[in-house]
Amino acid sequence: MSYLNLNGVSKGFRSASGGRTEVLHDAWLSMERGEFVAVVGFSGAGKTTLMNMVAGLATPDSGTVQLEGETITGPGPDRMLVFQNYSLLPWMTAFENVKLAVDQVFPQWDNKWRREHTENYLKMVSLGHAMDRKPSQLSGGMRQRVCVARALACEPRILLLDEPFGALDALTRGTLQDELMKIRSQDDRTILMITNDVDEAILVADRIIPLTAGPRATLGPSFTVDIERPRDRKEINHDSRFKKLRKDVNDFLLGSAADKRNPVKVPAKVPSFGGTPVGVSA
Amino acid sequence: MKKLFPFDWLVLPMVGIACAMLVWYGLSKTITPKVPTPLATWEECKVYVLEPFAKRSELDQGVLNFTRYSLVRVAKGFFLAVLIGVPTGFLLGMSPWFFKCFDLLFQILRPVSPLAWFPLGAALFTTFKQDALEYAALFTITVCAMWPTVLNTAVGVRAIPQDYLNVAKVLKLSAFQTLWKVMLPAVLPYMFTGFRLSLGIAWLVIVAAEMLTGNPGIGSFLNQEYLAGHYAPIIFCIIIIGVVGFILDRIMNVVERRFKTI
Ligand SMILES: Nc1ncnc2c1ncn2[C@@H]1O[C@H](COP(=O)(O)OP(=O)(O)OP(=O)(O)O)[C@@H](O)[C@H]1O
Ligand SMILES: [Mg+2]
Repeated sequence: MSYLNLNGVSKGFRSASGGRTEVLHDAWLSMERGEFVAVVGFSGAGKTTLMNMVAGLATPDSGTVQLEGETITGPGPDRMLVFQNYSLLPWMTAFENVKLAVDQVFPQWDNKWRREHTENYLKMVSLGHAMDRKPSQLSGGMRQRVCVARALACEPRILLLDEPFGALDALTRGTLQDELMKIRSQDDRTILMITNDVDEAILVADRIIPLTAGPRATLGPSFTVDIERPRDRKEINHDSRFKKLRKDVNDFLLGSAADKRNPVKVPAKVPSFGGTPVGVSA
Repeated sequence: MKKLFPFDWLVLPMVGIACAMLVWYGLSKTITPKVPTPLATWEECKVYVLEPFAKRSELDQGVLNFTRYSLVRVAKGFFLAVLIGVPTGFLLGMSPWFFKCFDLLFQILRPVSPLAWFPLGAALFTTFKQDALEYAALFTITVCAMWPTVLNTAVGVRAIPQDYLNVAKVLKLSAFQTLWKVMLPAVLPYMFTGFRLSLGIAWLVIVAAEMLTGNPGIGSFLNQEYLAGHYAPIIFCIIIIGVVGFILDRIMNVVERRFKTI
């Protein structure tokens, strides 16, 4: 039994026509404590659905999700999530957003301590200067940093990242990836991250698990990223292991899409070195 | 809108008002001689304006006195409408059960005229003897004015982004904290739109309500002058009611926009 286990998890939704579409089918995953695993998949494959079940926001139709041997039955801050969309409360400042979480998770601490804790995490994501700004006064990258700070400040047993940088431009995305790696080098938290960007996955994760194309998506084999840290985004591009891994993961994903009886639209050309995202993402 | 010339925002509305005065003057000089001209109206009614707080008798007072009575009545009715409307709206927006139970009923009650509610109010509060009519007036204002608050609050509750509620769930906020820290702030802009519309209706209803009670206020004053066949005060009252309604709407607009920024 590993730290986090998905045991044959399936989940379906009622479709518009009245029938049922099984979004996820028999997904298995095991993750060790301190591991950083990235799940890569097409847009609409069911990545958020998968994440919601680990977070406890949704329950599997069959199969179980277990953290440290306990079956997950509901949401909790020990599995704090960085949501795909901006999920900061817009009427609170960055500080207040993080403090709300800290107050909730550490009620036993005195208030001064909780304030300090909040500030520390905001400084960690280099937002010390913008703590008193409302989300509307922050850029997209800064908002997502606040979300990361909020999640880390909860000191979760596992940190869940659902396409945390998906809505950001390439440059900001790169900066945040670097920051994530830096934070991670100081704090060996267990992280499960979802992304639609294979390059991002290889850059930050220890292990990559592709999610096959939906419907009835399932988790594929695990690809270990045996590239030593710290990884540099520029140098890694020329690394042969990186190139091979990217090809393998992409081939697997595109193969899974072609296997479907009703294939989802696959880009006409297999993304070469330029094309990072698999599938058409938002 | 495009700026036409300096001070167009001030000059052009004045042109509009001048046009209306001209039509009014023309009518009173030709086909409706019973209606006094603008100047005659002013001559006859200036006593109410120049002594705004005078109290000559119950139904012969300065304009600000009458307006104040009416505003107090509207404030009470509006307050009750908000007090009932907000929780009802929350229930309607949150609970599919509540919605299915009461939506039809509300749709049926909503279009009922204040003139129809008033007699029911009078019947409901007969035990209060001399206060019965006053309570009936409040009842009428409340029942007619609460719908925009109910409906806008319900729409606002349904529009709360699922992401915010998920944050509350993951953080395990208590039901009270979720309501207070997440739902209420998210619904506030919608609620204030409802409040503004509700206040508009409350002010619309006040005239009818006061006509029926006869208790001092701008509506009963208007009614009394109508029964006495004085036309100038009627026109005067219409203008005052319009101006006060406009000011109320402006104030609510400012409040509403303050809360929109969140
Ligand atoms: N609550 C729901 N009710 C019905 N269908 C749903 C629900 N949630 C998700 N789905 C369907 O499940 C499928 C997977 O959705 P999901 O949000 O998990 O995809 P995703 O991989 O996260 O996509 P993206 O990359 O765009 O975020 C989609 O086809 C979606 O329409
Ligand atoms: Mg998603």
